[in-house]
Amino acid sequence: MAVTEPSAKAKSGADSDASPAALGADLGLSGDELLEMYRLVALARAVDERMWILNRAGRIPFVISGQGHEGAQVGITWALEKGKDWIAPFYRSIATCLTFGMSPRDIMTAQYATASDPSSGGRQMPGHYGSHEHNLVSVSSPVATQLLHAVGLALAAKIRKTGQVALTIMGEGSSNQGDVHEGLNFAAIHKLPFIFIVENNGYAISVPLARQVAGESVANRAEGYGIPGVTVDGSDVLACYAAARDAVARARAGDGPTLIEAKVTRLTGHSSDDQQTKYRSEEELTSEKSLDPVPKFRQQLVDAGVLTPDAEERIDAAIKESVHDATEYAEAQPDPHPSTAMKWVYAEDWPSETPPPWGLGEATGDPAGAAEAAEAIDESAH
Amino acid sequence: MALKTFIEAIRDGLREEMTRDENVIILGEDVGKKGGVFLVTDGLWDEFGDDRVIDTPLTESQIIGTSIGAAIGGLRPVAEIQFADFIHPAFNQLVSEAARLRYRSNNGYSAPMVVRAPYGGGVHGALYHSQSVEAFYTHVPGLKVVIPSTPSDAKGLLRSCIRDDDPVLFFEHKKMYRSVRGNVPDGEYTVPLGKAQVTHPGTQVTVIAYGLMAHYALEAADRVADDGISVEVVDLRTLRPLDKETVLDSVRKTGKCLVVYEDNRFGGYGAEVAAIVAEEAFDYLDGPVTRIAGPDVPGVPYNHVLEDWFMVNPEKIADGIRKLAAY
Ligand SMILES: Cc1ncc(C[n+]2csc(CCOP(=O)(O)OP(=O)(O)O)c2C)c(N)n1
Ligand SMILES: [Mg+2]
Repeated sequence: MAVTEPSAKAKSGADSDASPAALGADLGLSGDELLEMYRLVALARAVDERMWILNRAGRIPFVISGQGHEGAQVGITWALEKGKDWIAPFYRSIATCLTFGMSPRDIMTAQYATASDPSSGGRQMPGHYGSHEHNLVSVSSPVATQLLHAVGLALAAKIRKTGQVALTIMGEGSSNQGDVHEGLNFAAIHKLPFIFIVENNGYAISVPLARQVAGESVANRAEGYGIPGVTVDGSDVLACYAAARDAVARARAGDGPTLIEAKVTRLTGHSSDDQQTKYRSEEELTSEKSLDPVPKFRQQLVDAGVLTPDAEERIDAAIKESVHDATEYAEAQPDPHPSTAMKWVYAEDWPSETPPPWGLGEATGDPAGAAEAAEAIDESAH
Repeated sequence: MALKTFIEAIRDGLREEMTRDENVIILGEDVGKKGGVFLVTDGLWDEFGDDRVIDTPLTESQIIGTSIGAAIGGLRPVAEIQFADFIHPAFNQLVSEAARLRYRSNNGYSAPMVVRAPYGGGVHGALYHSQSVEAFYTHVPGLKVVIPSTPSDAKGLLRSCIRDDDPVLFFEHKKMYRSVRGNVPDGEYTVPLGKAQVTHPGTQVTVIAYGLMAHYALEAADRVADDGISVEVVDLRTLRPLDKETVLDSVRKTGKCLVVYEDNRFGGYGAEVAAIVAEEAFDYLDGPVTRIAGPDVPGVPYNHVLEDWFMVNPEKIADGIRKLAAY
């Protein structure tokens, strides 16, 4: 994504000559681009934090978070070409989706499952993002299935000679699924323009890396497929960008797939239904905070003179405004109507697909069930 | 018109669709140089090359999952699963992904693709080369399921499947590949999905069948004609979406309904047809809706005596018709 949005450029234009030959120059990143990357990292965090507040306030029933993963997500996504390349993301991919063109409103309407939620029109659980407009493949719940879809997209790109690259992302636990082996093997045989990102946060819900991944490295497995396997510090945005940029170059040159394992930390529980203190020690949780990409990237940009106090103030204000706007907007959006619930099973409406005897009337709601769920969530959010 | 075997008609359909639309590709195990283990794709690799006819590794989930992604990316994949028995590793990709993609994205995405697989018994294929798997997939909204019984239908339906904007499973009875011949129209005709056909008009008993059983039902109708029983045979052709009108019209006329399927009886596809007839044509029925179907054992046994015992055949169907007619 060499091109920064014009609006972002305009916003940070005053700082464009702030860091003459410094940070990012070796990667071909301008000061404006660094600021935009920072904005996205900080925006993803702010949207995510708002989700937890709304969850605790009883406004949204479920949160699955990307906190701790944002640096890797923005750095990696930045290497792709927005509107051209493909990403098959996963449930923690908030920063990925924001970087690839989805808006905070798009993310927030998914939390509220509104009719206008562009990911699914309120049909899927929160976290199952997707946008055809932005080449983000619809997320499902069974983990790792999306790898094969990205491989198929890469196959189509190769056969149709479109020059596109397809990238997919999942956690290290999910990377053990059989679909991953089947897909990497196929992608490597055909030298497809495909990139596999593993965001390794050390846990699959409660099960630690040592019990998930023999040898504790997913990147090492790349060797078996004859493709490069790269391990990168996921809290280092620019290192992630560099690794992804190389992978994109390989893919576009017809040299085949790359596996990138980004070591990240999961700063929250697995989801709002999980209490991670049950299986992670206080010391571990405290020490892992040093891997938080947000303060780290901020400090890096401040030290380099890229993120000036003025610029930071402007970015912070814009993020606050946009999170506020997204929340207000999503709060006010209507629920989907049951009369739409039988739409899009197929491209056409089939007369033989029988509606239920109770018809397609008004929503009945489920106040009892909702209250129960809210209680369970309160418990896990303690 | 030209006389073709079932397998030739399918191959012609594939070739003509690949010629018409360069986005149509074939992928599966041994489909390339060898032309598939049954030779359905024989010659297509020579004609269309490596990019359009792809020999995949031995990985069914990959075949289907990659087809989904390729379909999103603008191709029209026709995946071959070597035997329907081996489609199970791809169940998740079919049911959780292909079937749900359009619905879960509120029409943002779809997976226009065809999955072809030879199914069925009576060929000494034993437990793992004889299965009927249609019921697993007809159960799933979002998937379409087609089982043709004639060369003409096979070609015309396959064309419609490839042009359809949703995922379609196209099951071919392997016993029919070379044993069934029929006239195939010239030119670019299609047979629409979701339309059954009355293949033998009659007045006293409706027999509903598909695939190989549609042939056996016709033979059974001839046998019982000697007993003075007039049978109407409905060949479903598309199992989902089901052409309820043709089925119900026939049953409302005859008042008696026998559903025939080769798959295990319990929870088979025909059970759904029987339920629909019972619910929606009850007032017209002059006897119980009955079924002739495979016995409930976990697979078709190999030994020919046991296999013959398993398989539904024209005489077993004729028996069922006689009993129902006498009711
Ligand atoms: C096939 C499948 N099995 C189980 C689950 C339940 N589940 C959801 S996420 C998850 C853990 C995934 O861990 P990892 O891949 O490391 O990703 P992370 O959540 O740590 O980012 C599990 C077990 C699922 N969604 N899909
Ligand atoms: Mg993990």
